[in-house]
Amino acid sequence: MDSILEDKLMKLRIILLCIAFLLKPAFAMAGETVLKKAYFNIQWVPEAVFAGYYIAYKKGIYKKYGIDLTIVHGELDAPSLDSKSDSVTTTMWTMWLSDAIQNRAEGEKLVNIAQIMQQSSLMLIAKKSSGINKIQDLNGKKVGLWRTVAFPILPRIFLQKSHVTVKLIPVTTTINLFLRDGVDAIFVMWYDQYHDVINSGINPDELETFFLYKHGLDIPEAGIYTLEDTFQKDPVLCCKFVKASIEGWRYAFAHPEETVNTVLKYMERAHVPASRVHQRWMLEKIKDLILTPDDPVNMGQLLPEDYDRAARILKENGSIEKIPTYKSFYKKCAADVEK
Amino acid sequence: MLKNKGIASKLIVLILSSTAVIFISIFIYSYVFSRQIIIEKVEENAHNFLQATVNQIGIRSSSIEKVPKDLSCFLENSPYTKDALIKLIGALLKNNPEIYGIGIAFEPYLFDKNQLCFAPYFCRKEGEIKFSFVQYKYFYHDWYQIPKELNRPIWSNPYYGKAGGKIMSTYSVPFYKTVSGTRKLMGIVAVDISLFNLQKMVDSIKIAQSGYAFLLSRNGTFVTHPDKDLIMNQSIFDVAEARRDTRLRQIGRQMIKGETGAVSVTSIISNKECRMLYAPLLDSDGWSLAMLFPQDELIADVVRLHHTILLLGIAGLFFLSVGIVFIARSITQPLRGLAKAVEDIATGDLDIEFPPVKFRDEVGKLTESFIYMRSSLKQYIKNLTETTAAKERIESELKVAAEIQASMLPRVFPPFPEREDFNIFAMMEPAKEVGGDFYDFFLIDENKLCFLIGDVSGKGVPAALFMMICKTLLKTEALQGISPDQILFRVNNTLYPDNDACMFATIFCAILNTKTGEIQFANGGHNPPLIYAGNGDFEFIEVSKGFVVGPMEDTKFKCQSLTLKPNDVIFMYTDGVTEAMDPEDHLFSDERLKKNLASLKEKDIKDSIYEIRAEIKAFAKEAPQSDDITMLALKFNGKA
Repeated sequence: MDSILEDKLMKLRIILLCIAFLLKPAFAMAGETVLKKAYFNIQWVPEAVFAGYYIAYKKGIYKKYGIDLTIVHGELDAPSLDSKSDSVTTTMWTMWLSDAIQNRAEGEKLVNIAQIMQQSSLMLIAKKSSGINKIQDLNGKKVGLWRTVAFPILPRIFLQKSHVTVKLIPVTTTINLFLRDGVDAIFVMWYDQYHDVINSGINPDELETFFLYKHGLDIPEAGIYTLEDTFQKDPVLCCKFVKASIEGWRYAFAHPEETVNTVLKYMERAHVPASRVHQRWMLEKIKDLILTPDDPVNMGQLLPEDYDRAARILKENGSIEKIPTYKSFYKKCAADVEK
Repeated sequence: MLKNKGIASKLIVLILSSTAVIFISIFIYSYVFSRQIIIEKVEENAHNFLQATVNQIGIRSSSIEKVPKDLSCFLENSPYTKDALIKLIGALLKNNPEIYGIGIAFEPYLFDKNQLCFAPYFCRKEGEIKFSFVQYKYFYHDWYQIPKELNRPIWSNPYYGKAGGKIMSTYSVPFYKTVSGTRKLMGIVAVDISLFNLQKMVDSIKIAQSGYAFLLSRNGTFVTHPDKDLIMNQSIFDVAEARRDTRLRQIGRQMIKGETGAVSVTSIISNKECRMLYAPLLDSDGWSLAMLFPQDELIADVVRLHHTILLLGIAGLFFLSVGIVFIARSITQPLRGLAKAVEDIATGDLDIEFPPVKFRDEVGKLTESFIYMRSSLKQYIKNLTETTAAKERIESELKVAAEIQASMLPRVFPPFPEREDFNIFAMMEPAKEVGGDFYDFFLIDENKLCFLIGDVSGKGVPAALFMMICKTLLKTEALQGISPDQILFRVNNTLYPDNDACMFATIFCAILNTKTGEIQFANGGHNPPLIYAGNGDFEFIEVSKGFVVGPMEDTKFKCQSLTLKPNDVIFMYTDGVTEAMDPEDHLFSDERLKKNLASLKEKDIKDSIYEIRAEIKAFAKEAPQSDDITMLALKFNGKA
């Protein structure tokens, strides 16, 4: 009954109150000589999936770029936009590309300023013992799907494209229902819950895995977003934030142990179960997702072909009616900054 | 290697090594066996202890489980109002101090058609019981969803509670209502409990110095562990991954599957080899309790005992070697003394003092034997000295006797330098100091030359004495002017009466008339002489054999005669010549003598005799001379 999530919720409320308090114009008046205030909203508990931002903060990279950054841990139950659609302050957040396109198509004035994750790591896993060996075996089975976060579009498209009818069971972020055979299959992130399942005592060979990118859903995941107004008001700040973040990621990949230690400290502070082994795994996998083998130098770019593919899938699926233009959606911050 | 070492070294090496082998064998057996017994006992006790702890926890948890089970039973079977329900929950919490909170969560709209969520909840806060309704959509939370999907009560995974970050777990029991024959889920009764007491209980388990117990939740997450960083943060599988220990992962899988087992592992805490026993908590859905028994600590007493035994053993071996050295010395010291004394004796010092006999042991007896040997040697040497002196005396006497005997035979040649009508030469070489052969020649008157040769039976002193008598008698009788047969007859009869020893002699006696060259001769059993007459070869003279002189009374001898022409040679010899033997026992033989003489017929008689002697020596080679060798040759020259 008493759960981590509830605990998080409580903390978030306090944080949000603080933010609201801090949103006073006094900060907006800060001169050019002082650091510019900015917020970064992470809609999750602290984990290595955000390692680049934590380490950049810790190593003073944001300050180096003239940013006085506050990292805000978002709430899992609430869409991030609700708390962030304020263009007065410079606020950036992370969001999945598919959800962002959908939001933009629905009229939300958000823009992508960096596409951090270049590949999809969403997957469906099933215990072989439940008789699932191919996608068709999922018919009529109970499949767990997060209800709390904003990106269940892709799982639904996946099931639709695979022509299987399943009984979707909304779950929170834990894998316990799956472990106890309460559901036959569950959508997980390769860098996160998949490893949780393995380190709850289930061997990889006991699992059947369906990576979505292998089933025509190779859509990049988390990117950095901000409101269009915010970007127009101070594009330099936004791009500096992107550049600092990318530098943070590079540092994180170069110093994995230090990075994991930093992440673990954030986790301990948030009273989240913190497993070094798991965070190490996560950082390793995230590295694979961020650094594309084709272009390991240029990070954070949203390639037009990736955007087109993602938008087309959403349109075909009926999630959006009209594809927002690439130019309006993506602000080439990363590329500009790299230059 | 040990061959040339002393007795002490050999004793030390052999006794110490065999004792050490025996000791080490016993030591190893004792250690292994006692260690095994202890380990078996420890494991047995450990198993009992683990089971007892599991049961203890089981009793506690089942008393907790009873509360929501009874409540769900009540909800299924009795009517209730909202107020009564809330009151009941409050009372239940009040009466169950081990429970932190109790709540009843209903399925959407099932308690109140207008209310999505209805979940009254009582919990303890700061010592008071507080009431509230659960504010969030609980339907998707583990504590609600898992029992709902599984249709059975479950213990949730442990989680951090709000109050002070304590670790909690929730026990959820679904309750149902049968509506028109269908069993329908109404909601979940849940109790929250703090795992603090359980943690305290498991933490308090200490085994030896570094042994401990830990508890795993169903996911393998550490609920308790001496390493606090592991608690709630890591699962046993995380640890296995970090240590790259696939075996540990396998053990973890067995644990969360609810298996019972015992394995050897390395402790995370102490890095020591431990025996780990594990067993599932009762009705826990895979929670598992494990205990680590550090083997080396549990067998520390055995190890200590064996350290002491080892030290005692080493000390024992040391004292044993001292003892061996002592004993060996008590043997070798007198032996060395003895060896020195015997060495001195060997150099001839028979008056050396032996080490004193202290003990009547083997060494003592050996010393006594040596002392006895010394005195025997002394006696023997004394006797030997005396015997040698006696022998030397006899030998010198024999030498004198031999000289006397030799001097008795005419040794000056030519014996009659004034006579040119004949030449005579003779030699005798005895086989021993004194011999039994003899010869003689002398003038009976102006014209008569008596010459003779003889051989006494036997050798040595008796033969020499008998020969002396013979020779004397022969000369005495010959000087009477009688014929040779008469000479032999008389000598025989003179010898016979006192001849108790039954000795005898072969004698050839001849008398030459130097004027005429006639020879009268008689033979008493002697070898026939050879004669060289004119241009012919040497021939054996045909003589009557005759009987030996001495053993029988009145023996008659035949008198024979022949006449020599000038330059004729007569050669007489004893059987020492013809019976001389070579190393292969071949005889020199009459034939060989005859042949050799033939080759010497032109030579002087003296040279001929020397040549024959040389021939015999050459023939005999290194074979010792077995008999006296005597030769006599006479050459008749005729009237000058």
